[in-house]
Amino acid sequence: MSVLSDRSRFARSTFGNILNFLVLLLVAAFMVIPMIYTISNAFKPFNELFIFPPRLLVMNPTFDNFLGINSILRQSWIPLTRYVLNSVVVTGVGVLGQIIFASLAGFVLSKEIFPGRDFLNKIVVFSLMFSGNVTAIPNYIIFTKLGIINTHLSLILPAFCNSLGLFLMKQFIDQMVPESLLEAARIDGAGEFRIYLNVVMPLCKPAWLTLLIFSFQSLWSTAGGTYIYDEQLRTLPSALTTMIYGGIARAGVSAAVALLLVIPPTLTFILSQSNVLQTMASSGMKE
Amino acid sequence: MRVKVFHVLQQIHKKKVCYLFLAPFFTLFFLFTVLPVLSAMGLSLTYYNVFELPVFIGLENYIRLFFYDDIFIKAFLNTLTMAMVIGPVGFLASFILAWMLTELNRGIRTALVVMLYAPSISGNLFLVWSLIFHGDAHGYLNSILLNMGFIEQPIQWTTNTRYMMGVVILVSLWMSLGTSFLSFIAGLQGIDLNQIEAGLIDGVRNRWQELWYIILPSMKPQLLFGSVMSITSAFSVGAVGAALCGEPSVDYAVHTIINHLNDHGFTRYEMGYACAISTILFFMMVTSNKLIHKVLRKVGT
Repeated sequence: MSVLSDRSRFARSTFGNILNFLVLLLVAAFMVIPMIYTISNAFKPFNELFIFPPRLLVMNPTFDNFLGINSILRQSWIPLTRYVLNSVVVTGVGVLGQIIFASLAGFVLSKEIFPGRDFLNKIVVFSLMFSGNVTAIPNYIIFTKLGIINTHLSLILPAFCNSLGLFLMKQFIDQMVPESLLEAARIDGAGEFRIYLNVVMPLCKPAWLTLLIFSFQSLWSTAGGTYIYDEQLRTLPSALTTMIYGGIARAGVSAAVALLLVIPPTLTFILSQSNVLQTMASSGMKE
Repeated sequence: MRVKVFHVLQQIHKKKVCYLFLAPFFTLFFLFTVLPVLSAMGLSLTYYNVFELPVFIGLENYIRLFFYDDIFIKAFLNTLTMAMVIGPVGFLASFILAWMLTELNRGIRTALVVMLYAPSISGNLFLVWSLIFHGDAHGYLNSILLNMGFIEQPIQWTTNTRYMMGVVILVSLWMSLGTSFLSFIAGLQGIDLNQIEAGLIDGVRNRWQELWYIILPSMKPQLLFGSVMSITSAFSVGAVGAALCGEPSVDYAVHTIINHLNDHGFTRYEMGYACAISTILFFMMVTSNKLIHKVLRKVGT
Protein backbone atom coordinates (compact mmCIF):
# COMPACT_ATOMS: atom_id res chain seq x y z
CA MET A 1 0.00 0.00 0.00
CA SER A 2 1.38 3.35 -0.95
CA VAL A 3 1.64 6.07 1.64
CA LEU A 4 0.43 8.65 -0.84
CA SER A 5 -3.09 9.19 -2.03
CA ASP A 6 -3.72 9.73 -5.74
CA ARG A 7 -4.30 13.42 -5.06
CA SER A 8 -0.65 14.31 -5.49
CA ARG A 9 -0.28 17.15 -7.95
CA PHE A 10 3.35 18.03 -8.25
CA ALA A 11 5.08 14.75 -7.68
CA ARG A 12 7.62 15.15 -4.92
CA SER A 13 10.84 13.24 -5.26
CA THR A 14 10.94 9.98 -3.37
CA PHE A 15 13.47 11.57 -1.08
CA GLY A 16 11.08 14.47 -0.48
CA ASN A 17 8.29 12.10 0.36
CA ILE A 18 10.37 10.17 2.84
CA LEU A 19 11.62 13.37 4.44
CA ASN A 20 8.08 14.73 4.67
CA PHE A 21 6.88 11.56 6.34
CA LEU A 22 9.85 11.37 8.72
CA VAL A 23 9.35 14.93 9.93
CA LEU A 24 5.66 14.27 10.57
CA LEU A 25 6.51 11.08 12.42
CA LEU A 26 9.08 12.87 14.56
CA VAL A 27 6.67 15.63 15.58
CA ALA A 28 3.96 13.06 16.24
CA ALA A 29 6.36 11.14 18.49
CA PHE A 30 7.08 14.31 20.47
CA MET A 31 3.34 14.86 20.87
CA VAL A 32 2.59 11.39 22.20
CA ILE A 33 5.59 10.86 24.49
CA PRO A 34 3.75 12.20 27.58
CA MET A 35 0.83 9.98 26.62
CA ILE A 36 2.98 6.86 26.35
CA TYR A 37 4.79 7.77 29.56
CA THR A 38 1.41 8.10 31.29
CA ILE A 39 0.03 4.86 29.94
CA SER A 40 3.09 2.89 30.92
CA ASN A 41 3.35 4.54 34.35
CA ALA A 42 -0.26 3.68 35.04
CA PHE A 43 0.58 -0.01 34.70
CA LYS A 44 3.94 0.04 36.47
CA PRO A 45 4.24 -1.80 39.78
CA PHE A 46 5.54 0.33 42.66
CA ASN A 47 9.15 -0.88 42.48
CA GLU A 48 9.38 -0.21 38.74
CA LEU A 49 8.61 3.47 39.25
CA PHE A 50 11.88 3.86 41.14
CA ILE A 51 14.23 2.05 38.81
CA PHE A 52 17.20 4.10 37.83
CA PRO A 53 17.43 5.06 35.05
CA PRO A 54 13.63 5.16 34.66
CA ARG A 55 12.23 3.26 31.71
CA LEU A 56 9.67 4.57 29.28
CA LEU A 57 7.90 1.25 28.91
CA VAL A 58 6.51 -1.00 31.60
CA MET A 59 8.02 -4.48 32.15
CA ASN A 60 5.55 -6.22 34.46
CA PRO A 61 2.19 -4.49 33.98
CA THR A 62 -0.18 -4.45 36.95
CA PHE A 63 -3.56 -2.96 37.82
CA ASP A 64 -2.41 -1.99 41.32
CA ASN A 65 -2.35 1.72 40.53
CA PHE A 66 -5.98 1.74 39.49
CA LEU A 67 -6.91 -0.02 42.72
CA GLY A 68 -4.66 2.40 44.59
CA ILE A 69 -6.65 5.45 43.45
CA ASN A 70 -9.48 4.72 45.80
CA SER A 71 -7.39 3.91 48.83
CA ILE A 72 -5.47 7.19 48.50
CA LEU A 73 -8.65 9.17 47.98
CA ARG A 74 -10.35 7.47 50.92
CA GLN A 75 -7.90 9.23 53.21
CA SER A 76 -9.40 12.52 52.08
CA TRP A 77 -12.94 11.12 52.62
CA ILE A 78 -13.98 11.62 49.03
CA PRO A 79 -14.19 8.45 46.95
CA LEU A 80 -13.14 8.46 43.31
CA THR A 81 -16.70 7.75 42.23
CA ARG A 82 -17.77 11.11 43.64
CA TYR A 83 -15.27 12.98 41.45
CA VAL A 84 -16.29 10.92 38.44
CA LEU A 85 -19.98 11.57 39.11
CA ASN A 86 -19.38 15.33 39.39
CA SER A 87 -17.45 15.30 36.13
CA VAL A 88 -20.15 13.30 34.39
CA VAL A 89 -22.90 15.68 35.56
CA VAL A 90 -21.01 18.85 34.64
CA THR A 91 -19.89 17.47 31.28
CA GLY A 92 -23.20 15.84 30.37
CA VAL A 93 -25.42 18.81 31.14
CA GLY A 94 -22.92 21.32 29.77
CA VAL A 95 -22.48 19.51 26.45
CA LEU A 96 -26.20 19.00 25.94
CA GLY A 97 -27.04 22.61 26.74
CA GLN A 98 -24.34 23.95 24.49
CA ILE A 99 -25.54 21.92 21.52
CA ILE A 100 -29.18 22.92 22.00
CA PHE A 101 -28.56 26.62 22.68
CA ALA A 102 -25.97 27.03 19.94
CA SER A 103 -28.03 25.26 17.29
CA LEU A 104 -31.21 27.21 18.10
CA ALA A 105 -29.37 30.52 17.88
CA GLY A 106 -27.15 29.43 14.99
CA PHE A 107 -30.12 28.43 12.84
CA VAL A 108 -31.83 31.81 13.27
CA LEU A 109 -28.64 33.83 12.85
CA SER A 110 -27.86 31.99 9.65
CA LYS A 111 -31.21 31.77 7.93
CA GLU A 112 -33.46 34.58 9.15
CA ILE A 113 -33.33 38.29 8.52
CA PHE A 114 -34.40 40.44 11.45
CA PRO A 115 -33.36 43.64 13.21
CA GLY A 116 -30.18 43.14 15.23
CA ARG A 117 -28.86 40.14 13.32
CA ASP A 118 -25.68 41.77 12.04
CA PHE A 119 -24.91 43.15 15.47
CA LEU A 120 -25.27 39.74 17.11
CA ASN A 121 -23.13 38.05 14.45
CA LYS A 122 -20.42 40.67 14.85
CA ILE A 123 -20.37 40.47 18.62
CA VAL A 124 -20.01 36.67 18.52
CA VAL A 125 -17.04 36.83 16.14
CA PHE A 126 -15.53 39.61 18.24
CA SER A 127 -15.81 37.54 21.40
CA LEU A 128 -13.62 34.85 19.82
CA MET A 129 -10.77 37.32 20.04
CA PHE A 130 -10.36 37.11 23.80
CA SER A 131 -10.23 34.14 26.12
CA GLY A 132 -12.15 33.24 29.23
CA ASN A 133 -9.27 34.54 31.33
CA VAL A 134 -10.46 38.07 30.66
CA THR A 135 -13.88 37.35 32.12
CA ALA A 136 -12.73 35.13 34.99
CA ILE A 137 -12.65 37.81 37.69
CA PRO A 138 -15.88 39.66 36.83
CA ASN A 139 -17.59 36.30 36.38
CA TYR A 140 -16.55 35.37 39.89
CA ILE A 141 -18.35 38.48 41.13
CA ILE A 142 -21.39 37.77 38.95
CA PHE A 143 -21.58 34.16 40.13
CA THR A 144 -21.42 35.37 43.72
CA LYS A 145 -24.24 37.86 43.16
CA LEU A 146 -26.34 35.20 41.45
CA GLY A 147 -25.67 32.78 44.29
CA ILE A 148 -24.28 30.09 42.01
CA ILE A 149 -20.70 30.27 43.21
CA ASN A 150 -19.56 26.90 44.58
CA THR A 151 -22.22 25.06 42.57
CA HIS A 152 -21.89 23.10 39.36
CA LEU A 153 -23.95 25.78 37.63
CA SER A 154 -20.92 28.08 37.70
CA LEU A 155 -19.18 25.60 35.36
CA ILE A 156 -22.22 24.62 33.33
CA LEU A 157 -23.92 27.93 32.51
CA PRO A 158 -20.92 29.61 30.86
CA ALA A 159 -20.51 26.49 28.71
CA PHE A 160 -24.08 26.98 27.46
CA CYS A 161 -23.12 30.25 25.79
CA ASN A 162 -19.75 29.28 24.28
CA SER A 163 -19.22 31.60 21.34
CA LEU A 164 -16.91 29.24 19.42
CA GLY A 165 -19.71 26.66 19.49
CA LEU A 166 -22.24 29.11 18.11
CA PHE A 167 -19.79 30.38 15.50
CA LEU A 168 -19.03 26.88 14.16
CA MET A 169 -22.71 25.97 14.17
CA LYS A 170 -23.76 29.10 12.32
CA GLN A 171 -21.00 28.74 9.72
CA PHE A 172 -21.94 25.14 9.10
CA ILE A 173 -25.63 25.99 8.64
CA ASP A 174 -24.64 28.83 6.26
CA GLN A 175 -22.93 26.38 3.96
CA MET A 176 -24.72 23.10 4.41
CA VAL A 177 -28.43 23.89 4.80
CA PRO A 178 -29.92 25.01 1.48
CA GLU A 179 -32.50 27.82 1.55
CA SER A 180 -34.76 25.90 -0.83
CA LEU A 181 -35.18 23.06 1.64
CA LEU A 182 -36.39 25.44 4.34
CA GLU A 183 -38.73 27.09 1.84
CA ALA A 184 -40.19 23.72 0.90
CA ALA A 185 -40.76 22.87 4.54
CA ARG A 186 -42.50 26.22 5.09
CA ILE A 187 -44.81 25.61 2.13
CA ASP A 188 -45.68 22.27 3.66
CA GLY A 189 -46.82 24.24 6.69
CA ALA A 190 -44.00 23.47 9.09
CA GLY A 191 -43.40 26.02 11.85
CA GLU A 192 -39.96 27.31 12.76
CA PHE A 193 -39.46 24.80 15.54
CA ARG A 194 -40.46 21.88 13.34
CA ILE A 195 -38.02 23.06 10.68
CA TYR A 196 -35.30 23.33 13.29
CA LEU A 197 -35.97 19.87 14.63
CA ASN A 198 -36.73 17.95 11.44
CA VAL A 199 -34.70 19.73 8.78
CA VAL A 200 -31.82 21.67 10.31
CA MET A 201 -30.74 19.36 13.10
CA PRO A 202 -30.45 16.19 10.98
CA LEU A 203 -28.45 18.09 8.35
CA CYS A 204 -26.14 19.52 11.00
CA LYS A 205 -25.11 16.28 12.57
CA PRO A 206 -21.40 16.87 11.85
CA ALA A 207 -21.62 20.31 13.46
CA TRP A 208 -23.26 19.21 16.66
CA LEU A 209 -20.98 16.20 16.91
CA THR A 210 -18.10 18.68 16.69
CA LEU A 211 -19.59 20.83 19.43
CA LEU A 212 -20.05 17.68 21.45
CA ILE A 213 -16.38 16.82 21.08
CA PHE A 214 -15.05 20.33 21.78
CA SER A 215 -17.27 20.98 24.77
CA PHE A 216 -16.67 17.47 26.08
CA GLN A 217 -12.92 18.06 25.87
CA SER A 218 -13.04 21.35 27.70
CA LEU A 219 -15.62 20.45 30.36
CA TRP A 220 -14.10 17.06 31.12
CA SER A 221 -10.80 18.78 31.84
CA THR A 222 -12.30 21.58 33.96
CA ALA A 223 -11.08 21.40 37.52
CA GLY A 224 -13.49 24.02 38.83
CA GLY A 225 -10.59 26.05 40.13
CA THR A 226 -11.69 29.13 41.96
CA TYR A 227 -15.40 28.80 41.37
CA ILE A 228 -15.81 25.62 43.39
CA TYR A 229 -14.25 25.22 46.79
CA ASP A 230 -16.14 22.32 48.37
CA GLU A 231 -14.01 19.23 47.84
CA GLN A 232 -17.07 17.00 47.35
CA LEU A 233 -18.25 19.20 44.44
CA ARG A 234 -14.91 19.09 42.65
CA THR A 235 -14.33 17.21 39.42
CA LEU A 236 -11.94 14.49 38.32
CA PRO A 237 -9.14 16.82 37.13
CA SER A 238 -8.81 18.30 40.60
CA ALA A 239 -8.27 14.79 41.99
CA LEU A 240 -5.50 14.41 39.42
CA THR A 241 -3.86 17.68 40.44
CA THR A 242 -3.86 16.62 44.08
CA MET A 243 -2.13 13.36 43.17
CA ILE A 244 0.43 14.80 40.78
CA TYR A 245 1.68 17.06 43.56
CA GLY A 246 2.45 13.88 45.49
CA GLY A 247 5.52 13.68 43.23
CA ILE A 248 7.24 10.59 41.88
CA ALA A 249 6.02 8.42 44.76
CA ARG A 250 2.50 8.74 43.43
CA ALA A 251 3.45 8.77 39.77
CA GLY A 252 1.75 5.42 39.18
CA VAL A 253 -1.54 6.38 40.75
CA SER A 254 -1.63 9.82 39.18
CA ALA A 255 -0.95 8.26 35.81
CA ALA A 256 -3.91 5.97 36.38
CA VAL A 257 -6.14 8.97 37.10
CA ALA A 258 -4.72 10.80 34.10
CA LEU A 259 -5.67 7.87 31.88
CA LEU A 260 -9.24 8.02 33.15
CA LEU A 261 -9.21 11.68 32.13
CA VAL A 262 -7.69 11.23 28.72
CA ILE A 263 -9.33 8.12 27.34
CA PRO A 264 -12.98 9.24 27.00
CA PRO A 265 -12.35 12.46 25.02
CA THR A 266 -9.66 10.81 22.90
CA LEU A 267 -11.95 7.94 21.96
CA THR A 268 -14.81 10.25 21.04
CA PHE A 269 -12.46 12.33 18.92
CA ILE A 270 -11.12 9.30 17.06
CA LEU A 271 -14.64 8.04 16.41
CA SER A 272 -15.96 11.31 15.04
CA GLN A 273 -12.88 13.01 13.60
CA SER A 274 -14.27 12.95 10.07
CA ASN A 275 -17.32 14.90 11.27
CA VAL A 276 -15.08 17.38 13.04
CA LEU A 277 -13.04 17.97 9.90
CA GLN A 278 -16.21 18.38 7.86
CA THR A 279 -17.36 21.07 10.28
CA MET A 280 -14.02 22.81 10.43
CA ALA A 281 -14.09 23.12 6.64
CA SER A 282 -16.67 25.87 7.07
CA SER A 283 -14.90 27.51 10.01
CA GLY A 284 -13.29 30.22 7.89
CA MET A 285 -13.78 33.91 8.68
CA LYS A 286 -14.75 36.51 6.12
CA GLU A 287 -12.56 39.32 7.52
CA MET B 1 -37.96 58.94 12.06
CA ARG B 2 -41.15 57.79 13.72
CA VAL B 3 -42.05 55.80 10.63
CA LYS B 4 -38.65 54.08 10.75
CA VAL B 5 -38.98 53.13 14.42
CA PHE B 6 -42.45 51.84 13.74
CA HIS B 7 -41.14 49.81 10.83
CA VAL B 8 -38.41 48.23 12.98
CA LEU B 9 -40.90 47.42 15.72
CA GLN B 10 -43.16 45.85 13.15
CA GLN B 11 -40.25 43.76 11.88
CA ILE B 12 -39.42 42.67 15.40
CA HIS B 13 -43.00 41.72 16.03
CA LYS B 14 -43.20 39.75 12.81
CA LYS B 15 -40.00 37.89 13.63
CA LYS B 16 -40.68 37.38 17.32
CA VAL B 17 -40.13 33.65 17.04
CA CYS B 18 -36.52 34.38 16.02
CA TYR B 19 -35.88 36.17 19.26
CA LEU B 20 -37.34 33.24 21.12
CA PHE B 21 -34.73 30.99 19.49
CA LEU B 22 -31.96 33.44 20.30
CA ALA B 23 -33.01 34.15 23.86
CA PRO B 24 -31.47 31.16 25.69
CA PHE B 25 -28.01 31.58 24.19
CA PHE B 26 -27.83 35.36 24.21
CA THR B 27 -29.28 35.88 27.67
CA LEU B 28 -26.42 33.82 29.08
CA PHE B 29 -23.94 35.27 26.59
CA PHE B 30 -24.69 38.83 27.73
CA LEU B 31 -24.62 37.77 31.35
CA PHE B 32 -21.36 35.79 31.26
CA THR B 33 -19.38 37.38 28.41
CA VAL B 34 -20.54 40.89 27.54
CA LEU B 35 -21.40 42.05 31.04
CA PRO B 36 -18.08 40.74 32.48
CA VAL B 37 -16.01 42.62 29.90
CA LEU B 38 -17.93 45.85 30.51
CA SER B 39 -17.96 45.49 34.28
CA ALA B 40 -14.23 44.72 34.29
CA MET B 41 -13.67 48.04 32.55
CA GLY B 42 -15.92 49.80 35.04
CA LEU B 43 -14.54 48.13 38.15
CA SER B 44 -10.97 48.74 36.99
CA LEU B 45 -11.56 52.37 37.97
CA THR B 46 -12.49 51.44 41.53
CA TYR B 47 -11.19 49.94 44.72
CA TYR B 48 -13.33 46.84 45.27
CA ASN B 49 -12.86 43.94 47.66
CA VAL B 50 -16.24 42.14 47.16
CA PHE B 51 -17.27 42.74 50.79
CA GLU B 52 -17.66 46.52 50.60
CA LEU B 53 -19.14 48.63 47.82
CA PRO B 54 -16.69 49.68 45.08
CA VAL B 55 -15.09 53.12 45.59
CA PHE B 56 -14.24 55.18 42.51
CA ILE B 57 -10.50 55.93 42.34
CA GLY B 58 -10.02 56.96 38.71
CA LEU B 59 -6.95 55.63 36.96
CA GLU B 60 -5.12 54.80 40.17
CA ASN B 61 -5.10 51.04 39.49
CA TYR B 62 -3.49 51.55 36.09
CA ILE B 63 -0.94 53.96 37.48
CA ARG B 64 -0.07 51.49 40.21
CA LEU B 65 0.24 48.68 37.64
CA PHE B 66 2.56 50.44 35.27
CA PHE B 67 4.61 52.55 37.66
CA TYR B 68 4.70 50.86 41.06
CA ASP B 69 4.15 47.16 40.43
CA ASP B 70 7.47 45.67 39.28
CA ILE B 71 6.01 42.19 39.27
CA PHE B 72 3.30 43.26 36.85
CA ILE B 73 5.88 44.70 34.47
CA LYS B 74 7.75 41.40 34.66
CA ALA B 75 4.51 39.49 34.04
CA PHE B 76 3.65 41.82 31.15
CA LEU B 77 7.02 41.26 29.48
CA ASN B 78 6.92 37.51 30.13
CA THR B 79 3.46 37.32 28.55
CA LEU B 80 4.65 39.24 25.50
CA THR B 81 7.72 37.02 25.14
CA MET B 82 5.67 33.85 25.38
CA ALA B 83 2.94 35.12 23.05
CA MET B 84 5.47 36.24 20.47
CA VAL B 85 7.00 32.77 20.35
CA ILE B 86 3.98 30.56 20.94
CA GLY B 87 1.57 32.49 18.71
CA PRO B 88 3.56 32.60 15.46
CA VAL B 89 5.34 29.26 15.93
CA GLY B 90 2.10 27.50 16.88
CA PHE B 91 0.26 29.08 13.97
CA LEU B 92 2.95 28.28 11.41
CA ALA B 93 3.48 24.77 12.74
CA SER B 94 -0.27 24.14 12.54
CA PHE B 95 -0.33 25.23 8.92
CA ILE B 96 2.87 23.56 7.77
CA LEU B 97 2.04 20.25 9.43
CA ALA B 98 -1.48 20.37 8.01
CA TRP B 99 -0.01 21.05 4.58
CA MET B 100 2.45 18.18 4.93
CA LEU B 101 -0.42 15.88 5.85
CA THR B 102 -2.66 16.65 2.86
CA GLU B 103 -1.21 14.25 0.37
CA LEU B 104 -0.81 11.26 2.63
CA ASN B 105 -3.30 8.50 2.22
CA ARG B 106 -6.39 8.56 4.35
CA GLY B 107 -5.62 6.00 7.02
CA ILE B 108 -2.12 7.22 7.76
CA ARG B 109 -3.30 10.81 7.72
CA THR B 110 -6.04 10.11 10.24
CA ALA B 111 -3.62 8.35 12.57
CA LEU B 112 -1.16 11.24 12.40
CA VAL B 113 -3.92 13.83 12.90
CA VAL B 114 -5.03 12.07 16.07
CA MET B 115 -1.47 11.87 17.37
CA LEU B 116 -0.68 15.52 16.61
CA TYR B 117 -3.96 16.77 18.03
CA ALA B 118 -3.79 14.49 21.09
CA PRO B 119 -2.22 17.06 23.47
CA SER B 120 -5.12 19.44 22.83
CA ILE B 121 -7.66 16.73 23.58
CA SER B 122 -6.15 15.74 26.85
CA GLY B 123 -6.20 19.12 28.58
CA ASN B 124 -4.62 18.30 31.90
CA LEU B 125 -2.09 15.83 30.63
CA PHE B 126 0.47 18.63 30.48
CA LEU B 127 0.89 17.96 34.19
CA VAL B 128 2.85 14.88 33.14
CA TRP B 129 5.60 17.21 31.97
CA SER B 130 6.25 18.03 35.62
CA LEU B 131 7.44 14.44 36.05
CA ILE B 132 9.51 14.61 32.89
CA PHE B 133 11.16 17.87 33.98
CA HIS B 134 11.46 16.83 37.61
CA GLY B 135 14.53 18.40 39.18
CA ASP B 136 16.19 15.33 40.70
CA ALA B 137 17.85 12.37 39.01
CA HIS B 138 14.50 10.56 38.85
CA GLY B 139 13.10 13.19 36.53
CA TYR B 140 12.76 11.47 33.19
CA LEU B 141 14.75 13.96 31.15
CA ASN B 142 17.48 14.30 33.77
CA SER B 143 17.92 10.57 34.04
CA ILE B 144 18.30 10.21 30.28
CA LEU B 145 20.84 13.02 30.09
CA LEU B 146 22.74 11.67 33.12
CA ASN B 147 22.76 8.21 31.69
CA MET B 148 24.06 9.34 28.33
CA GLY B 149 26.73 11.42 30.02
CA PHE B 150 25.57 14.80 28.75
CA ILE B 151 25.33 16.21 32.26
CA GLU B 152 26.89 15.27 35.58
CA GLN B 153 24.35 16.89 37.88
CA PRO B 154 20.59 16.83 37.49
CA ILE B 155 19.31 20.12 36.11
CA GLN B 156 16.63 22.03 38.04
CA TRP B 157 14.48 22.58 34.96
CA THR B 158 11.60 24.19 36.77
CA THR B 159 13.42 26.28 39.39
CA ASN B 160 16.53 27.46 37.55
CA THR B 161 15.61 30.73 35.87
CA ARG B 162 17.82 29.87 32.90
CA TYR B 163 15.54 27.05 31.81
CA MET B 164 12.07 27.91 33.12
CA MET B 165 10.92 30.10 30.24
CA GLY B 166 12.11 27.52 27.73
CA VAL B 167 10.30 24.71 29.52
CA VAL B 168 7.01 26.63 29.68
CA ILE B 169 7.24 27.63 26.02
CA LEU B 170 8.04 24.07 24.97
CA VAL B 171 5.07 22.63 26.85
CA SER B 172 2.78 25.37 25.52
CA LEU B 173 3.91 24.65 21.97
CA TRP B 174 3.26 21.00 22.63
CA MET B 175 -0.39 21.99 23.14
CA SER B 176 -0.56 24.48 20.29
CA LEU B 177 -1.88 22.23 17.53
CA GLY B 178 -5.48 22.91 18.43
CA THR B 179 -8.59 24.19 16.72
CA SER B 180 -6.61 26.12 14.12
CA PHE B 181 -4.75 22.96 13.12
CA LEU B 182 -8.05 21.15 12.50
CA SER B 183 -9.36 24.12 10.57
CA PHE B 184 -6.28 24.12 8.32
CA ILE B 185 -6.52 20.39 7.62
CA ALA B 186 -10.17 20.76 6.69
CA GLY B 187 -9.47 23.84 4.57
CA LEU B 188 -6.64 22.15 2.67
CA GLN B 189 -8.79 19.14 1.93
CA GLY B 190 -11.53 21.35 0.57
CA ILE B 191 -9.38 23.12 -2.01
CA ASP B 192 -10.86 22.96 -5.46
CA LEU B 193 -8.70 20.74 -7.66
CA ASN B 194 -9.84 22.62 -10.75
CA GLN B 195 -8.20 25.72 -9.36
CA ILE B 196 -4.94 23.86 -9.02
CA GLU B 197 -5.17 22.64 -12.60
CA ALA B 198 -5.97 26.14 -13.77
CA GLY B 199 -2.88 27.33 -11.97
CA LEU B 200 -0.84 24.71 -13.76
CA ILE B 201 -1.99 26.06 -17.11
CA ASP B 202 -1.28 29.63 -15.97
CA GLY B 203 2.33 28.68 -15.37
CA VAL B 204 2.63 27.62 -11.75
CA ARG B 205 5.84 25.66 -11.85
CA ASN B 206 6.41 24.07 -8.46
CA ARG B 207 4.86 23.26 -5.10
CA TRP B 208 6.03 26.52 -3.56
CA GLN B 209 4.35 28.63 -6.22
CA GLU B 210 1.27 26.47 -5.92
CA LEU B 211 1.29 27.11 -2.17
CA TRP B 212 1.73 30.87 -2.47
CA TYR B 213 -0.47 31.67 -5.47
CA ILE B 214 -3.26 29.14 -5.14
CA ILE B 215 -3.46 27.42 -1.78
CA LEU B 216 -2.81 30.34 0.57
CA PRO B 217 -5.25 32.77 -1.07
CA SER B 218 -8.05 30.23 -1.06
CA MET B 219 -7.25 29.36 2.56
CA LYS B 220 -7.59 32.95 3.72
CA PRO B 221 -10.80 32.47 5.74
CA GLN B 222 -9.27 29.51 7.59
CA LEU B 223 -6.03 31.43 8.13
CA LEU B 224 -7.99 34.28 9.71
CA PHE B 225 -9.90 31.92 11.96
CA GLY B 226 -6.72 30.05 12.87
CA SER B 227 -4.89 33.24 13.73
CA VAL B 228 -7.66 34.24 16.12
CA MET B 229 -7.47 30.89 17.87
CA SER B 230 -3.65 30.94 18.03
CA ILE B 231 -3.39 34.50 19.30
CA THR B 232 -6.02 34.04 21.96
CA SER B 233 -4.36 30.94 23.33
CA ALA B 234 -0.84 32.39 23.04
CA PHE B 235 -1.82 35.16 25.44
CA SER B 236 -3.53 32.70 27.78
CA VAL B 237 -0.44 30.94 29.10
CA GLY B 238 -0.58 30.80 32.87
CA ALA B 239 -1.70 27.41 34.05
CA VAL B 240 1.31 25.67 32.49
CA GLY B 241 3.83 27.83 34.33
CA ALA B 242 1.89 27.58 37.56
CA ALA B 243 1.68 23.79 37.37
CA LEU B 244 5.29 23.17 36.36
CA CYS B 245 7.18 25.93 38.13
CA GLY B 246 4.86 26.76 41.01
CA GLU B 247 2.91 29.91 41.73
CA PRO B 248 4.66 32.25 42.19
CA SER B 249 7.57 30.84 40.20
CA VAL B 250 11.17 31.39 41.28
CA ASP B 251 12.13 35.02 40.68
CA TYR B 252 8.80 35.37 38.80
CA ALA B 253 10.63 33.97 35.79
CA VAL B 254 7.47 32.56 34.17
CA HIS B 255 4.92 34.76 35.94
CA THR B 256 2.36 35.92 33.37
CA ILE B 257 -0.46 38.44 33.33
CA ILE B 258 -2.89 35.62 34.02
CA ASN B 259 -0.94 34.48 37.09
CA HIS B 260 -0.89 38.07 38.28
CA LEU B 261 -4.63 38.35 37.69
CA ASN B 262 -5.34 35.21 39.71
CA ASP B 263 -3.01 36.34 42.46
CA HIS B 264 -4.64 39.73 42.97
CA GLY B 265 -8.19 38.61 42.22
CA PHE B 266 -8.61 35.22 43.82
CA THR B 267 -5.93 35.28 46.50
CA ARG B 268 -6.00 38.91 47.66
CA TYR B 269 -9.55 39.85 46.65
CA GLU B 270 -8.32 43.12 45.13
CA MET B 271 -11.04 42.91 42.50
CA GLY B 272 -10.67 46.45 41.17
CA TYR B 273 -6.97 45.91 40.63
CA ALA B 274 -7.57 42.49 39.06
CA CYS B 275 -10.20 43.98 36.76
CA ALA B 276 -7.65 46.54 35.57
CA ILE B 277 -5.36 43.61 34.70
CA SER B 278 -8.26 41.85 32.91
CA THR B 279 -8.94 44.99 30.90
CA ILE B 280 -5.30 45.26 29.84
CA LEU B 281 -5.29 41.61 28.81
CA PHE B 282 -8.50 42.17 26.86
CA PHE B 283 -6.98 45.02 24.88
CA MET B 284 -3.74 43.11 24.28
CA MET B 285 -5.65 40.19 22.79
CA VAL B 286 -8.03 42.26 20.69
CA THR B 287 -5.36 44.64 19.36
CA SER B 288 -3.03 41.85 18.30
CA ASN B 289 -5.92 40.08 16.61
CA LYS B 290 -6.82 43.20 14.65
CA LEU B 291 -3.17 43.77 13.70
CA ILE B 292 -2.67 40.22 12.46
CA HIS B 293 -5.89 40.41 10.47
CA LYS B 294 -4.50 43.41 8.63
CA VAL B 295 -1.35 41.45 7.78
CA LEU B 296 -3.15 38.28 6.74
CA ARG B 297 -5.39 40.16 4.35
CA LYS B 298 -2.30 40.80 2.25
CA VAL B 299 -1.38 37.11 1.91
CA GLY B 300 -1.12 35.91 -1.66
CA THR B 301 -2.07 39.26 -3.19
